[in-house]
Amino acid sequence: MTIYDSEMIVPDGWGFAYSMDRREFLKLTGTGLLVMVALRPMAAAAQEPARLPTGREGAPSDLNAYLHIGADGRVTTFVGKIEMGQGAMTSLPQLVAEELDVPLSMVDIVMGDTDVCPWDMGTFGSLSIRQFGPVLRTAAAEAKAVLLQLGSEKLQVPVSDLKVDNGVVVHKSDASKKISYAQLTEGRKIERRLEGKPALEPAASFTVVGKTAVRRDAIEKVTGKAKYAGDIVPPGALHARVLHPPAHGATFVSADTSAAEKLPGVTVVKQGDFIAVLHAHRDEADNALDLVKAQWTPSTNTLDHTTIFDHLEKNAPAAQTVAEGGAIPEGEKLAVVVVEDTYRDGYVAHSAMETHSAVAQFENGKMTVWVGTQTPFPVKSQVAKLLNLPPEMVRVITPYVGGGFGGKSAAQQAHEAARLAMATGKPIRVVWSREEEFFFDTFRPASVIKVRAGVDASKKIVFWDYRTIAAGERGSAQFYDIPHHKTVAQGGWNLNTPGFHPFPVGPWRAPGCNSNAFARESHIDQMAAKAGVDPVDFRLANLSDERMKRVLRAAVKQFGWTPKPGPSGRGWGVALGIDTGTYVASMAEVRVDKNTGKVDVLRIVCAQDMGVVVNPEGALQQMEGCIAQGLGYAFTEEVRFKNGQVLDKNFDTYELPRFSWMPKVETVILDSPDLPAQGGGEPAIIVMGAVVANAIFDAAGARMRQMPFTPDRVKAALKA
Amino acid sequence: MRDVSFSLNGKPTRLTVDEDRMLLWVLRDDLGLTGTKYGCGMTLCGACTVVVNNEAVRACATRMRLVDGAKVVTIEGLAANGRLHPVQEAFVTHAGYQCGFCTPGMIMAAYALLNSQPKPTRDDIVREMDDHICRCGAHVRILQAVQTASTAMKGGTR
Repeated sequence: MTIYDSEMIVPDGWGFAYSMDRREFLKLTGTGLLVMVALRPMAAAAQEPARLPTGREGAPSDLNAYLHIGADGRVTTFVGKIEMGQGAMTSLPQLVAEELDVPLSMVDIVMGDTDVCPWDMGTFGSLSIRQFGPVLRTAAAEAKAVLLQLGSEKLQVPVSDLKVDNGVVVHKSDASKKISYAQLTEGRKIERRLEGKPALEPAASFTVVGKTAVRRDAIEKVTGKAKYAGDIVPPGALHARVLHPPAHGATFVSADTSAAEKLPGVTVVKQGDFIAVLHAHRDEADNALDLVKAQWTPSTNTLDHTTIFDHLEKNAPAAQTVAEGGAIPEGEKLAVVVVEDTYRDGYVAHSAMETHSAVAQFENGKMTVWVGTQTPFPVKSQVAKLLNLPPEMVRVITPYVGGGFGGKSAAQQAHEAARLAMATGKPIRVVWSREEEFFFDTFRPASVIKVRAGVDASKKIVFWDYRTIAAGERGSAQFYDIPHHKTVAQGGWNLNTPGFHPFPVGPWRAPGCNSNAFARESHIDQMAAKAGVDPVDFRLANLSDERMKRVLRAAVKQFGWTPKPGPSGRGWGVALGIDTGTYVASMAEVRVDKNTGKVDVLRIVCAQDMGVVVNPEGALQQMEGCIAQGLGYAFTEEVRFKNGQVLDKNFDTYELPRFSWMPKVETVILDSPDLPAQGGGEPAIIVMGAVVANAIFDAAGARMRQMPFTPDRVKAALKA
Repeated sequence: MRDVSFSLNGKPTRLTVDEDRMLLWVLRDDLGLTGTKYGCGMTLCGACTVVVNNEAVRACATRMRLVDGAKVVTIEGLAANGRLHPVQEAFVTHAGYQCGFCTPGMIMAAYALLNSQPKPTRDDIVREMDDHICRCGAHVRILQAVQTASTAMKGGTR
């Protein structure tokens, strides 16, 4: 077992599997240079513990990445990652262009197609650049080494005398001696396999990486040409609406489909309790489903969104120690002020604008499924298993994904489409309704976090006792300089033991971190206030991590923070966090209407140290997206449920951030060339609940202990 | 079922359809124009926004009978002669999208707004587009894009 960091454990030997016959693949790529990379241990494997597959089908192979350079000199990159808006299809080719010394415009990328891309666990954990990036760079560097060797043979010049300039191998001192990549690979078929690790270009010499690249998806996305899974329409395709239960825990009794069957053009499929109505038009399939009269036994689950917290606490699984140092009783002896509190967070939906969608086609024994998913390879395995097909007879193709945020790791809709395609022999389109999307979402779990901590006479934190229930351990370990501390986690975002949650839960953008950062940073803030110290000064005095101090100071500078103990009445808040190797400091300015409890966020400053930045504009987009999305879970997003029913079914009751909510947003990315690229898609969101909570306290003295901060909760906190 | 005739992206179009069907599904399933997206089906998100007789409407709640004789413009009809419309161009310049799923609706709403009100203030844009949901959080860039498009169109309409 190799432990890379807190959220990722990769057993040695688990790499990428490549289940397609290699000869098949070579046929596809034709002539040219094909470079395949296998690295061990699999630093690029990008797994989270919960995602390790059991009994994976297909012979596990050993390739992490490959590149193909064709006779036209174009470079094609094959990766198992997908594009869901985060910009990987733009930034990954930048890495290839950089290492290969070719213009960015010469690099193509094929993503998330299980027949032609190397096996990949999935797109999550801000890993595409952070951990997959180095593998891709290695493949490109190897390709360059091979091309230099070929150039040396062709030009009769030692490799050491050659360099590459824009895809041309050229003599360092005699520019007349040159040959292009295209000429070198023309009409040839060269296959190279790499086990070692060639030297990568040092960051200082980057010319493509670190410069903003125009997004590759831009034109398709502004013209409506971008295809998402629901937009794939094989000839003769039918829409399917599947009969789903009215509540989690309800069981099927019977269904009368006779009325639906009478509608023109409707086909009904019945396989036990799996019932679907099909029609070429989606709306007419909807009408048919409305006519199906089904009987269900009600759910026996009596929990709702108010009783869930006591339930989670009472039924919490055994504690796992996340971090420990010193001895809490020793710290307690030193403390002059002790603060003890409990923080709660409800279930939060992913609410990607594209509902879960899939299109399946079964032809000549092979199942092809176009799926909006973050995990094409696991979906392939699931479909093969479900339909009892050999893995090589299932192909998953991932078109553009219309938002994921962790919610598109689950892919029940693909199972439904494939099952129906096999049963009917017709191409089947499954596009979940928004109601189905809310019902089957693998929510961010509700959580309860208990913190007890103390400060000594010199305003130093001397002990920290932290227990996080159901949120998960990611982001739970504190990073302050505290001599006596213990952090334990009871259950995580991926814990689906029957009866613990009323419905499945799963990863939600920076799983665990949002709830943990809210609890930790609120608690730090409470101690600062009790100690009568400005919250920024208090944090600086209790930090020894220079990198974190630097990020905090950058935020102070941008915000123009001046010290004043809270509540100062200014409505200023601060919160810090670390996720996927990236350090974040966020500051907020809010206005609280004490009569209505309504909070307006006027300004957010977010400073981030994310190591080397591949596509600066892309990184800023992710930070801004995190800030906007984070306002949702801070203020409105909480899934209401009762008796297994999800009461929020659409955006009328489940409110998402809007234009009118947007504060002034200022983002700062610290120059950090000595640190490899870290995570970019998640870190900035983790502090949003905390920074707003702390600003509300500073504005009005109201301490928020439960997210989201609805007007009623703010009013209650004002009275407390 | 009845005949419904309308102009679709400048082309005369005639269909025999159930007049109670919604334009969204006729566009997507009968006419193969998949740029118009289904997001909520209840006029709550704006992903299906198209322009009918110069007004932004939600295709998920626009019955075909209201389309008869109308002029319909969808995202597929904005670019002309291989050139992006200034609104589309501005969305590219500012990267006013991430996943892109709400983008066609956002662009159509902005297009309708700028045709009726060529020089909106930022507040005007927020007000007009506040019932369009973007989950990725591209809001600030979308607002900038609409302002840039307004400047580029110099008060003219297209």
